[in-house]
Amino acid sequence: MSTLAVLLTLLGLGLVGWLAGRGRALHFAAAGRSRPHSRPGQHGWYVALWAMLPALIFLAVWASIAPGLTTETALDSPAASALPAPGMERNAILAETRALANGTLAAAFHPEADALLPAYRAAQIRYGIAGALLAIVIAFAGGAFAYTRLAPDFRARTRIERLVMAVLLLASLIAILTTAGIVASLLFESLRFFSSVSPLEFLFGLNWSPQTAIRADQVGSSGAFGAVPLFWGTIFIGAIIAMIVAIPLGLMSAIYLTQYARPATRKWMKPLLEMLAGVPTVVYGYFAALTVAPALRNFAASVGIPGASSESALAAGLVMGVMIIPFVSSMADDSIAAVPQSMRDGSLALGATSSETIRQVIVPAALPGVVGGVLLAVSRAIGETMIVVMAAGLAANLTLNPFASVTTVTTQIVQLLTGDQEFDSPKTLAAFALGLVLFLVTLALNIVALRVVKKYREAYE
Amino acid sequence: MNSPTDWKSEAMRARIRRRYAAERRFRLVGLGAVLLSAAFLAFLLLTMAANGWRGFTRTEIRLPVDFPHSTLILDPATIQGFGAEAALAGADIAGVTTKAADAAWPAIGGARLLSDGAWLNVRAAIRHDPAILNGRAAIYVPAATDIDLAAKGDGSPEAERAYAALKKEGAVRTAFSIAFLTGADATDPTVAGIWGAFKGSLLTMLVTLLLAFPIGVLSALYLEEYAPRNRWTDLIEVSINNLAAVPSIIFGLLGLAVFLNMMNLPRSAPIVGGLTLALMTMPVIVIAGRNAIKSVPPSIRDAALGIGASRVQVVFHHVLPLALPGILTGTIIGMARALGETAPLLMIGMRAFIATPPGGVADPATVLPVQIFLWSDEVSRGFVEKTSAAIIVLLAFLLLMNGLAIFLRNRFETRW
Repeated sequence: MSTLAVLLTLLGLGLVGWLAGRGRALHFAAAGRSRPHSRPGQHGWYVALWAMLPALIFLAVWASIAPGLTTETALDSPAASALPAPGMERNAILAETRALANGTLAAAFHPEADALLPAYRAAQIRYGIAGALLAIVIAFAGGAFAYTRLAPDFRARTRIERLVMAVLLLASLIAILTTAGIVASLLFESLRFFSSVSPLEFLFGLNWSPQTAIRADQVGSSGAFGAVPLFWGTIFIGAIIAMIVAIPLGLMSAIYLTQYARPATRKWMKPLLEMLAGVPTVVYGYFAALTVAPALRNFAASVGIPGASSESALAAGLVMGVMIIPFVSSMADDSIAAVPQSMRDGSLALGATSSETIRQVIVPAALPGVVGGVLLAVSRAIGETMIVVMAAGLAANLTLNPFASVTTVTTQIVQLLTGDQEFDSPKTLAAFALGLVLFLVTLALNIVALRVVKKYREAYE
Repeated sequence: MNSPTDWKSEAMRARIRRRYAAERRFRLVGLGAVLLSAAFLAFLLLTMAANGWRGFTRTEIRLPVDFPHSTLILDPATIQGFGAEAALAGADIAGVTTKAADAAWPAIGGARLLSDGAWLNVRAAIRHDPAILNGRAAIYVPAATDIDLAAKGDGSPEAERAYAALKKEGAVRTAFSIAFLTGADATDPTVAGIWGAFKGSLLTMLVTLLLAFPIGVLSALYLEEYAPRNRWTDLIEVSINNLAAVPSIIFGLLGLAVFLNMMNLPRSAPIVGGLTLALMTMPVIVIAGRNAIKSVPPSIRDAALGIGASRVQVVFHHVLPLALPGILTGTIIGMARALGETAPLLMIGMRAFIATPPGGVADPATVLPVQIFLWSDEVSRGFVEKTSAAIIVLLAFLLLMNGLAIFLRNRFETRW
């Protein structure tokens, strides 16, 4: 609560600074021999920012060093002499004391922690008050410094705008930071994984059974990390079955809505189809697992297809295909709309029917855009997680039978990381290696797709 | 071959008939594709609605309790004011409820007819009116899952018999389940509710919005209005476009590696979920924001610059307010996507069983889509309708958000 009080005090000081700075600037304007460079409000902001920002930065730094200082002080107290020598136990006791003082722990396991608690609490309060006072002093100093600099020709606006630009730049750097964070965390954990499993075995091995045993003498304790069955399952579900559903339906929908449908129909039909993309994937997953998969299994059993599973590749792929329809259709829609009207008119003028024009002129001309859209849709489908987690299986099979169970990269990532394993085992690290492969493949697909689409757009501009 | 084409010849007419038939077929195939896609959507929604509407109701049994002759030692006078909770907590209401049920229906299952949470209703009834302790009372309590399923025509033969007996007695009714909207997760489907997950979703979305919206808007402004054309700007642009297409589960891996393992933030907490989803939503907001800013005509910038505004004033006083409806529309759509997102949150541990709604952003929590995923894995048959009911709630919220986005776009967006 005291942090909140300090923050509110700083905010109050900022407000006072704003009023003071503005008041002084108004006075300049009233005295008015020369016109001030900046508006009164800008002078106010200048003072307010000087009063708040340095103090806030100080508070942030203080919050990161205060626990260390508190621990040091507590260790100097007489109660600390009973502590064991530096090592695991000492650290455990200190951690317990900290948790007790913060209220996250109700009772301590080590009696030493209870003994140390009063000294720790006292130090904590002392440093808390010191930090708050220092912050307020800094706020006053900053505000006073800024206030003394105000003058009719002082360029308050320029300085504030410089800060605004810095904040804008920082905000846009976060995107780079995120990308770097993704690449770094995936690479780092994958390298740790590849130090125990060879990359060749991972990329080309045909056997996937990541269950490493707890005891070394158990059978199959090593675990096998050949990811080819996973890659096949992902391609089978995401790039083959889903696309067999999504490409014809998406493309034909786009053709019908752009070429045949009346504008009024198109106006409500298009958002309706796009709702398919707005349904959360967990809903599709539930639908696939509860409704589609049992129906398909019963169908397969009734016509006597061997190996029919209630977690078939077909169920997951079909539902994923339905989810992908709007992606294909809106990309196809865009590229059909970009085909010049003159080409269409020319074909119609030669006596071709609408469907002949579409099949022989418009679709070939729009093909690069459609292909780009399909690649984006594939990248979306192979990265899709919830449908396959809920509807596809866990058995890593290399099979062509769509009624059999296959597993995918994303299913295995979820499976590997949601157990109770230690974080350092090859089993959990394998998830990051799979993530890296997924990231690289989707990245490549996106880059190729965007390039294809861009090149095609340029051709008609 | 100089003779003119004979358009009326039989061969030509047959050819034209064929071509027109092909035209009609093609058109029908197109219409079929649209209708089939729409039919999928309708089928999906109807399946969920058909399964889910029963999840909002529950079967209740009228339980006769004879308080004076029960083992409950509770003075009505103590259940007043501040001491009431303590007095109720000390009394064995659960035992009394069980015994009352055993006494009322010894032949058909006794206490097994009632939900595990039935005693909570008895307690609430006593709290509401302590006077009932002085005599016999009939209190409606939730029925066990078996009976609930039997009432909905889906139970085991034994439960069907028990339900028939209760029905003949006139002791059952179907009521709207307030517990479903106000409760948290539970192992018993009759008392499980979505409020815990819903609150988790709200807290997570709050964190996401507070982070992603300012960062997204500011970087959109920078990239569109100020950024010099150089390699750094290109790098930022490429990053943002790629981030928008990275599979969501990769963000979960990032959250796990950075927020949990490196920064040691609390597991399963909305703050971590919000951070992860903010990274995912931010590129969507940037892209929507840039489009909105781009559509503000340059004449407005020129006019403002012409009367002496600085470049920062031009953007913050003129461009941003005009672009705001478009930015907000994009933000709402991005937030709707984040609200339905499940996979990254599984990675950061938001799949734990949490029986109390979270109190703050650092408490363990789960979110609505993850709750749906968890319930869909439950063995108990009673959870099927709860899952579908939770899906209906989630879809209703998504529809509401998208409706709001469309409303904002139609109401405030200016076409230049």
